[in-house]
Amino acid sequence: MSVKKVYDKQPDTFEFTKENLVLAENILNKYPKERKKSAVMPLLYLAQNQNDNWIPLAALKYIGKFLSMPYINVYEIATFYSMYNLSPVGKYFVQVCTTTPCLLRGANEIVKACQKKISKNENTISENGMCSWTEVECLGACVNAPMMQVNRDYYEDLSKNNIEKILDSFMQDDPIKPGSFRNRKSSAPENNKINGNGINNA
Amino acid sequence: MLKQEDRIFKNLYNDLGSSLNDSLKRDDWSNTKELISKGKEWIINEIKLSELRGRGGAGFPTGVKWSFAPKKVGSRPHYLVINADESEPGTFKDRYYLEKDPHRVLEGMLIGASVVGAEDCYFYLRDEYPEIRVILEEEINHLKTEGLVPHTRIHLRRGAGAYICGEESAMIESIEGKRGYPRHRPPYVAEVGIFNKPTLVNNIETLFWIRDIIENGPTWFSDQGKEGHPGLRSYSVSGRVKQPGVKIAPAGSTVRELIDDYCGGMQDGHEFRAYLPGGASGGILPANMDNLPLDFGQLEQHGCFVGSHAVIILSNKDSIKEAALNLLRFFEDESCGQCSPCRVGTEKAVKMMEQDNWDIDLLSELAATMQDASICGLGQAASNPLVSAIRFFKEEF
Repeated sequence: MSVKKVYDKQPDTFEFTKENLVLAENILNKYPKERKKSAVMPLLYLAQNQNDNWIPLAALKYIGKFLSMPYINVYEIATFYSMYNLSPVGKYFVQVCTTTPCLLRGANEIVKACQKKISKNENTISENGMCSWTEVECLGACVNAPMMQVNRDYYEDLSKNNIEKILDSFMQDDPIKPGSFRNRKSSAPENNKINGNGINNA
Repeated sequence: MLKQEDRIFKNLYNDLGSSLNDSLKRDDWSNTKELISKGKEWIINEIKLSELRGRGGAGFPTGVKWSFAPKKVGSRPHYLVINADESEPGTFKDRYYLEKDPHRVLEGMLIGASVVGAEDCYFYLRDEYPEIRVILEEEINHLKTEGLVPHTRIHLRRGAGAYICGEESAMIESIEGKRGYPRHRPPYVAEVGIFNKPTLVNNIETLFWIRDIIENGPTWFSDQGKEGHPGLRSYSVSGRVKQPGVKIAPAGSTVRELIDDYCGGMQDGHEFRAYLPGGASGGILPANMDNLPLDFGQLEQHGCFVGSHAVIILSNKDSIKEAALNLLRFFEDESCGQCSPCRVGTEKAVKMMEQDNWDIDLLSELAATMQDASICGLGQAASNPLVSAIRFFKEEF
């Protein structure tokens, strides 16, 4: 299991903004009263969205009170799931897939480029504050390997020839268009619509 | 090879759109009511005859699973869970179907819900697919406003990056808002599932095929497989091939056929050396075993399995030891930590495999312990790549 680093400089307080309070109540309404603890995961996402893509401990306490559940139970869930960030991440959060299909197609080159362009170590924000990067497990885009996810977008069919330029675009706060970098339409078959046997590819 | 008229997947190149309107043009939803009105028993029987098996990886016969649903709803409501937590490395077929033809899946889901009498469907989607979440939120809303789902409530739930939540009991824990720890069985989730109510869990691809099977008849589906391997399969092929992708092929196809007939051969300059027949947990096989039918129950004698049909191709430029280490690192990351054989075993295996010389006796002993003593499939299968590497690739040791 992966161990999560909890940020050492924590804010003292957290509460939902007015807008998010409405959203939180809406989420809560989906659950029967006696089951409101089950809303903990969507509320954690809400807190993460509000707080620049990471969740401070004060938010875990706040959510615990919100759902009348012990803080430790909220903590338990926030530390279990990898997509809750308990430390700050860059404005552009680069997640590089390094599982086998991407590894075979050159994920190491992508990691090297992140080390060079963003920061030497993963989960460290770049000096200009724009980016941070981390290695993640399979993102289900093996057909477009190697690939990475930046915030909500997939950047696919990467290579060592284009990765530095792509990372530069995030570092300069001018993100390049996501998708395939070999002109494929998402995960559709590559090159032409007909394979060697003259038959549609799938 | 498939016949052209059997290619039910019309939006292969994603140029036809995935919205409700686009899907209606492709005949989705055209006769759902009529199909459902033929009755539960009839539908279950058709699915049984088609020999459709669950596509999440376990291959349990879908018709049989549906027949487990309690006959009367009564005071104990029961639930249908749709497993879209596709996280087995190398598997991307569910993403593919949800991106390009979500309504085929939703239609299958509603037919399933009506058969098992579930008033609530929980759609558990891995959060690594943010695009699909947007698609599903929109399309589920359209279904509601168009009045296509008068009897069923659909709840979309987001995962949060845990591989283990693809295991059905861990997924149920996660839906309840807890850590995704797999449960001990029995009791099985069909009896004691979400909030202790009877629950059936189906994979995306399983539901994708439902409508076409009951519309075209069970033999339309079962006859398309190879001799002794009924049905069609969606193989997710990745790695060193020219054209990786989702390949819809007869069940029991071999890796050789997938590479040569479906993927345009190996990448230039690469020679076929080995393959993972079933994602990270299905083991590794050498190229000289390229004539094995890739189907449930066929590879177990070699210590492997086909699981979710994720086929990853390795070439002569790849190191098996390095691939096996990468796979064990995956399991080390994704072990949920509940039971020690898996939590500690994966970590120790990685430490030992990072050495230049593997202590094969000790690693084999560790692998046996993990297989025997882990609670769920993750820990039981985590050592498969390591065991296969030792068994089939002696040249690297």
